[in-house]
Amino acid sequence: MRGRISILLVPLAASALLPFAVFRANRIAAGEPRSLIETLGTAGASAALLALGLAIAALMVIRQPLWRLGVAVPLLVSLVLAMGWGAARLGADAPTAARIGPGAGFWIALTLAGLLLIDALARLRPGPAARLGFAAGAVALVWLLLGSGVLAELSVMEEYRSRSAAFWREGGRHLWLAFGSFGVAMAAGVPLGIALARAPRLRQPVLGALTAVQTIPSIALFGMLILPLGWVAANLPGAAALGIRGIGMAPAFVALLLYSLLPIVANTVAGLTGVPRSVTEAADGMGLTRRERLWRVDIPLAAPVIVAAARIVLVQNIGMATVGALIGAGGFGTFVFQGIGQTATDLILLGALPTVALAFVTSAVLDAAAGLLPGAAP
Amino acid sequence: MRPAGVLRLALLALTAAFLLFPALFAPMLRPLAPPNMPVIYDRASLSSLALSHLALVAAAIIPSALLASALAILVTRPAGAEFLPLSRALVGFGQTFPPVAVLALAVPVVGFGTWPTLIALFLYGLLPIFENALAGLTGVSGAVRLAADGMGMTPGQKLRRVELPLALPLMIEGVRISAVIAVSTAAIGSTVAARSLGEVIIAGLNANNLSFVVQGGLLTAALALIVYEALGMVAEAARNRLGLPAEPASRPAG
Repeated sequence: MRGRISILLVPLAASALLPFAVFRANRIAAGEPRSLIETLGTAGASAALLALGLAIAALMVIRQPLWRLGVAVPLLVSLVLAMGWGAARLGADAPTAARIGPGAGFWIALTLAGLLLIDALARLRPGPAARLGFAAGAVALVWLLLGSGVLAELSVMEEYRSRSAAFWREGGRHLWLAFGSFGVAMAAGVPLGIALARAPRLRQPVLGALTAVQTIPSIALFGMLILPLGWVAANLPGAAALGIRGIGMAPAFVALLLYSLLPIVANTVAGLTGVPRSVTEAADGMGLTRRERLWRVDIPLAAPVIVAAARIVLVQNIGMATVGALIGAGGFGTFVFQGIGQTATDLILLGALPTVALAFVTSAVLDAAAGLLPGAAP
Repeated sequence: MRPAGVLRLALLALTAAFLLFPALFAPMLRPLAPPNMPVIYDRASLSSLALSHLALVAAAIIPSALLASALAILVTRPAGAEFLPLSRALVGFGQTFPPVAVLALAVPVVGFGTWPTLIALFLYGLLPIFENALAGLTGVSGAVRLAADGMGMTPGQKLRRVELPLALPLMIEGVRISAVIAVSTAAIGSTVAARSLGEVIIAGLNANNLSFVVQGGLLTAALALIVYEALGMVAEAARNRLGLPAEPASRPAG
């Protein structure tokens, strides 16, 4: 039965036959495929095929997850390096307006190498500390690859260079939208959850209302909030001075805040009501007051469930902050929607890739953090 | 009638009235539209946009549900068990991928129009349904499996008569989450020229016409709530048929 996962190696091998790179005469021109040999030259392509063949052979024989990881990681890195070198090689004798990006063969090989890596990782079943280590290692590796300049000739990096100041500005706004609204939602949602845990009759209506809010599509809520916030800005003295306006950051911030409430409140209630009766009785028996019991017993025991909510909310916020660009809130979505408007693939990628990376890292870190808490389930 | 039922009916009636006779609501929206600008969206009828919005969701989610359920069945059979850890990890990874990113990345591959939206809805719809189907199929208790074996059921009979019926309520909950996310993503799909109610919101944002933004926003929100409530009723019916207690609703996001 073992070894069926090797079926993934078939498309990995076949990807070498597909175009490795895409050549564009300018940033919005139609792409022309470039094969592996055209991209890397005969010698480069032979070396790449040899490395790929060795990796595939190794993955067919090796069963131990750690060793499989030791093959998958270098495979992934060398794929990216080959793309960078190929882009430099193709760009060397092309006009400056020309753009070189990854082709179907690269994307398929990258996906399959990624799948093999995820499979090896899942089989290793690393503990929370090891998962944190992996996440840190992955971030360091990506940082190193981007900083080394090996990928400088890739079209996405060209898009970045022509708007690096805007990239970091929008990145900052994206973080502020996602994490700022999360902070306010925690400050409001956890006390609300504690109150609801003590008032079972209010629980259903409040959670029902928050579920309804969560169901409203992001673009609709972002749009509809323009109206009340515009009114506040016009009629509440001082609001406009605080930067509150009908369009821009304010409605996006409020929308993300509203979306964040349901997971936080629901999980706080679930965590607190899930504390075993015997534990609360023991705490009462020890003579703890209600407040002492809350801080020293209930909240620590509910903490893993609340951190799980934090992970859900942050991943959701990082993704949905993208939509805020439609109402002028900024963030990485600016590049996504600009790119869609100009049919510039690389600009779309410049907005989408950091958003995805940010969500992955945040999710991995909080997932591990939840596992490191004393009350966490094994 | 319970208050929830009254609210549902009122939501349905108001939405239908707005879609069929938008002119009735024009006086209320008038103050939001700039002078000399139309109050009610006039480039397409609101009802045709709503229908096209629902059609997009259905066209993506039905194949998505079939494929995701088939995959979940596959990885829970002995022959596919080796793919179980990978598929679990993939579901976790995939959920961190924002729906907008899926939409945006589909555009370079298939161009503008309906297709990138359909592809994004289909791909993103797979995850919640697969996750819930997996939870449902692996959640069938060992005692139940043993009883089925004891009755002399073949693996195929066990799947059709025991495992799938028991997993059905959770699978419908998965479809419900996917469908709500799909309504949301289809609205954003209007930025790549898909025909949905999102078109009204985007036209309003571009022309600075708050009346368009608000009517598009309200109708899109109503559509999402109707889909959520309707599939919730289906899930409840499936639970009742099995005699299971009502379960708290799962969390949609989008």
